[in-house]
Amino acid sequence: MIIALASGKGGTGKTTVCASLVRIWDKPVQAVDLDVEEPNLALYLKPELSGRLISEMEIPVSDQEKCTACGACSEICQFKAITVLGEYLLTFPEMCHGCGGCLAVCPEGALSLGARELGEVLWGQAGEIDFLMGRLRVGEAMSPPLMRDVKKRLDSSRDVIIDAPPGTSCPAINAVKDADVIVLVTEPTPFGFYDLKLAREAFTPIGKPMGVVMNRTGFGDAGAYDYCRATGLPILLEIPYDRRVAEKYSQGEVIADALPEFRGRFIELAARIRELAAGDLKEVSNG
Amino acid sequence: MAKIVVTCQGQSLDDKVDPRFGRAANFLVVDSETLEFQVLDNSATNSMAQGAGIQSAQTVANAGAEAVLTGFVGPKAFQALNAANIKIGQGLEGVTVREAVARFNAGEVEIASKPSREGHWR
Repeated sequence: MIIALASGKGGTGKTTVCASLVRIWDKPVQAVDLDVEEPNLALYLKPELSGRLISEMEIPVSDQEKCTACGACSEICQFKAITVLGEYLLTFPEMCHGCGGCLAVCPEGALSLGARELGEVLWGQAGEIDFLMGRLRVGEAMSPPLMRDVKKRLDSSRDVIIDAPPGTSCPAINAVKDADVIVLVTEPTPFGFYDLKLAREAFTPIGKPMGVVMNRTGFGDAGAYDYCRATGLPILLEIPYDRRVAEKYSQGEVIADALPEFRGRFIELAARIRELAAGDLKEVSNG
Repeated sequence: MAKIVVTCQGQSLDDKVDPRFGRAANFLVVDSETLEFQVLDNSATNSMAQGAGIQSAQTVANAGAEAVLTGFVGPKAFQALNAANIKIGQGLEGVTVREAVARFNAGEVEIASKPSREGHWR
């Protein structure tokens, strides 16, 4: 089973929940940081890394000598990564999405394959936990192709728990689309509610069961709760607002280990996620 | 005579120069002597997620212009305009197209040697 921890809003506690969840989850389990733009799960799980590969995207390299400025490459490129201006062929490698269209249509053989580094894929062990992550190269704008390279190393022989990037755009969709269950981490604030709504709407077409972890409860307002009730989105776990959680988090500790009274809540969350995946979620409070 | 392209918020010589190059509303292709002009609609670039500057540079090159007058040109559009050998006059936001052309004719527009803005992606 693949579980993705996602959220519309950033900073709601995806990584906090992810680190605790993998720690209490039945082994074997693989923890995957797919928030490749700012991966931070490793700060909590502190894995020993044993492998690394560089992820690259294929891009066109032009040969001005052979180019007849026919413009076929420029026409097929939806991203203006290759353009003919006058007699001159210009490429903008950082804008290329790697579709290979220009190479396919060039009648003169003026384009050859080059590569752009996207970032790195890293893996190792955090105790009994298999660990996997991606890290986008600084300055790189496209994370989905790197995420695809990370996902090639998902181990389907065990349960996989993914720390997804926030938001509802391509990176977030790419992180959750192969999951069996999507857990949306949010908070009872107007921002939390607004972005929870966006996330639910964006992920609903994927057709996977979704549930909510309501983090930092006990303040804010009722918007997110009302929304969950109205849309039938089950609240799988509430984590009360507690200064100690923030303190432990800021020290790089895993809450389920550092605060024993929270451990049981994550064990309960794990059970709920399994029920949700199996389609027989027991009654939940829903606020 | 010189054919120059001016980014424009509207469709006449008395409308303001559009400060944006890549996502300019319109391009006015102006004959710098007679002030005869033709309007090129550039609104299609507004629906582009990226590459608007390059697309616009291509439009300007296809119009056969020798210079472009605008507010700001980003790095990729700059590179593209340079490749097409088109002069770039920047910092003309706030004035009308007529005024921008007059300044260009009087030699008061500095032809830029580098882009005035970082790209949006960094």
